[in-house]
Amino acid sequence: MSDTQAEAALSFVRHEPLPPAPPPMAYRGPVHRVRHNLFSSVGNSIMTIAALYAIYLLVSAIVPWVVNGVWDASSIRDCRAQLDGKIGGCFAVIAERWPQLVFGNYPKAQYGRAMLAFVLLFAALAPLLFIELPRKLLWFTGVFPFIGYWLIWGGTIWVPILALVGIVVGYLVFVRLERQSFFGALMAGLLAMALFWGLLVGPIASGLASLVPLRLEPVQSREIGGFMINFILGTTCMALSLPIGIALALGRQSDLPIIKAICVMFIEFIRGVPLITLLFVASVMLAYFLPPGTNFDLILRVIIMITLFASAYMAEAIRGGLAALPKGQYEAGSSLGLDYWQSMRLIILPQALKISIPSIVNIAIGLFKDTTLVSIISMFDVLGMIGGPILSSTDWFGVYWELYAFAGLMFFVFCFGISKYSQYLERKLNTAHR
Amino acid sequence: MISKFALGAAAVASFYASGALANTLDDVKARGQLNCGISTGLVGFATQDANGDWEGFDVAICRAVAAAIFGDPTAVQFSPVTNKVRFEVLNSGEIDMLSRNTTWTYSRDVDLKLEFGGVNYYDGQGFLVPKALDVTSAGQLDGATVCIQSGTTTELNLADFFRINGISYEPVPITTAAEATQQYLAGACDVYTTDASGLAATRASFADPSAHIILPEIISKEPLGPLARHGDNEWGDVIRWTLNALIAAEELGVTSTNAEELSAGTDNPEVNRLLGSEGDLGAMLGLSPDWAKNAILAGGNYAEIFDTYIGPETPIGLARGLNAQWTDGGLLYAPPFR
Repeated sequence: MSDTQAEAALSFVRHEPLPPAPPPMAYRGPVHRVRHNLFSSVGNSIMTIAALYAIYLLVSAIVPWVVNGVWDASSIRDCRAQLDGKIGGCFAVIAERWPQLVFGNYPKAQYGRAMLAFVLLFAALAPLLFIELPRKLLWFTGVFPFIGYWLIWGGTIWVPILALVGIVVGYLVFVRLERQSFFGALMAGLLAMALFWGLLVGPIASGLASLVPLRLEPVQSREIGGFMINFILGTTCMALSLPIGIALALGRQSDLPIIKAICVMFIEFIRGVPLITLLFVASVMLAYFLPPGTNFDLILRVIIMITLFASAYMAEAIRGGLAALPKGQYEAGSSLGLDYWQSMRLIILPQALKISIPSIVNIAIGLFKDTTLVSIISMFDVLGMIGGPILSSTDWFGVYWELYAFAGLMFFVFCFGISKYSQYLERKLNTAHR
Repeated sequence: MISKFALGAAAVASFYASGALANTLDDVKARGQLNCGISTGLVGFATQDANGDWEGFDVAICRAVAAAIFGDPTAVQFSPVTNKVRFEVLNSGEIDMLSRNTTWTYSRDVDLKLEFGGVNYYDGQGFLVPKALDVTSAGQLDGATVCIQSGTTTELNLADFFRINGISYEPVPITTAAEATQQYLAGACDVYTTDASGLAATRASFADPSAHIILPEIISKEPLGPLARHGDNEWGDVIRWTLNALIAAEELGVTSTNAEELSAGTDNPEVNRLLGSEGDLGAMLGLSPDWAKNAILAGGNYAEIFDTYIGPETPIGLARGLNAQWTDGGLLYAPPFR
């Protein structure tokens, strides 16, 4: 009864939901987005206008400078004559001097060798960076440092080959003794390698070279410069500092008091001294302590110093990763019956290194940029080349921003690349259940 | 701090270095090339062309010495060194000589144990100011900010000058001339002070040189010259007399174009002694008889080198001034070749 009354009272009952309607004009489209995001309040509106004005100022300063830029001129005076009062960059200096910016004073005829080494570097890095690639490519990665050295410095091929043989000798010694003790075998292997290098490489290499020359035109270290030296220093020091950093980080957590003390002292000392001081020591002071006439290659000295510096920082980054692991992980290793080295290799380090990736990449990027400090000890890296010979040449004295912008751009490309790769790696290794 | 330590070590090391490296000339001859320290870059004095070859007024001295020893101006290994490390590098034995616009001072000669081989450029410290500042004399610079290269004698001269005149100033330390130019143009400092030759080069590089003036005051003596370590007088003589040969050649009218011809013998006995057709001056130095001719052929006599790199015809446009021959009212006065 009440039902029929109710139905009679209602003239319309909707049985289906309304179709969704588009939002009203004021709440959609670009107009809404602009209002909502940029002009939602008085404060926001002011900030938006100020930001737009700042962007306008920047663009109006930079765009004509780039667009009007002169790419073909013989000197800064020629540039100014061509610009005729207009605002514009004198990029002709980059066009004329770019081989110097990239290669320093590397002999022109040998540029191809340096380029080949550069391309092969990426071929060697690829299997390390991308796990999908076949593992057999790692052989090439292992051999590359010797190929790269030979291509860049030249000389007889037997020196790098014998250096490689030395490593193989060390490895064989290690494999033979590994059963008895990992650490003892490691030390014996390193000792065998050092002995082989120190005593046998020199005589055997000169003997073989006199039989089968196989040599490239040798290049002096002082001739290597430009962006090339930043790259050599950056990649070499990074590759060397990672294993040393891991060893130091483990040493710092060690229960053995002497090893722990040595590692702590080394790390704290190196971190307490500015890199530029170490470089000064490498370039100037070492000459006093070595016997007169000793020629200890400057690039090698600098590589050693930067590697020591970077490995101290690397050690602390990795120690952070080690400290982040719960104690259960260590105990799990022990309960499986693994010894110290096995549990480190199989359980602890893979996790600790994964945690440390952002810090390690941070150090890598910082290290790459720190290599420009070598310009202060008269090495002609890209900044040294700009600040020294190029900016003081009679033709280009007075050009400034163009060159530094170019150097900045080159560094940005590589540092941004490293950063992007590390993000990819973190996503890939993200196995945590969060 | 480090530089003080390094200077002390340099002094100590130079004692044994002088014993260990007693005969530099023999070492250089055995090596087959001269290791010459130069500036990492100074307009007109040491620059690199697009092929990476060093050239400039200071570089020409290195080439002349190499030519005097080997007869080959390219037998030089150039080691660019910065202001901060130049003496340490020289004293450590990495280079045989330094030709790097270095001022000859008492303490460098006596205390740092360096041996100056004469003066190849008489310079003096001046001030560059924008015209808009309306300053006509250095006495009006009270309270100014001054761009100055650290680790050089200019820094000390400036302090002396302002103290004597009771003027206060604020130094802005910079490292290279290019950096100084940018700081100065950007207004980070009111005044840029360095050697007058550098100021002229800097001013010449501006888009509008007429908006800047070099003040009339020259506040210091800056005799710039090549140098070697103490303890090897024979080697010091090679540098000193190579430079003197270039200066004497200008005075005697010997140029790179006529040296070959004149070396056959002339009526002037001093020219003959210089070029080796008479006497045995070369043998006294331990060099070949035609050593001076080779040095002159390397880049020309003093005037030719000056005109090529920094003279009035170059963009740098320096006048000879104090660097004219003594016969023209300048200070260049080579002792007789006898």
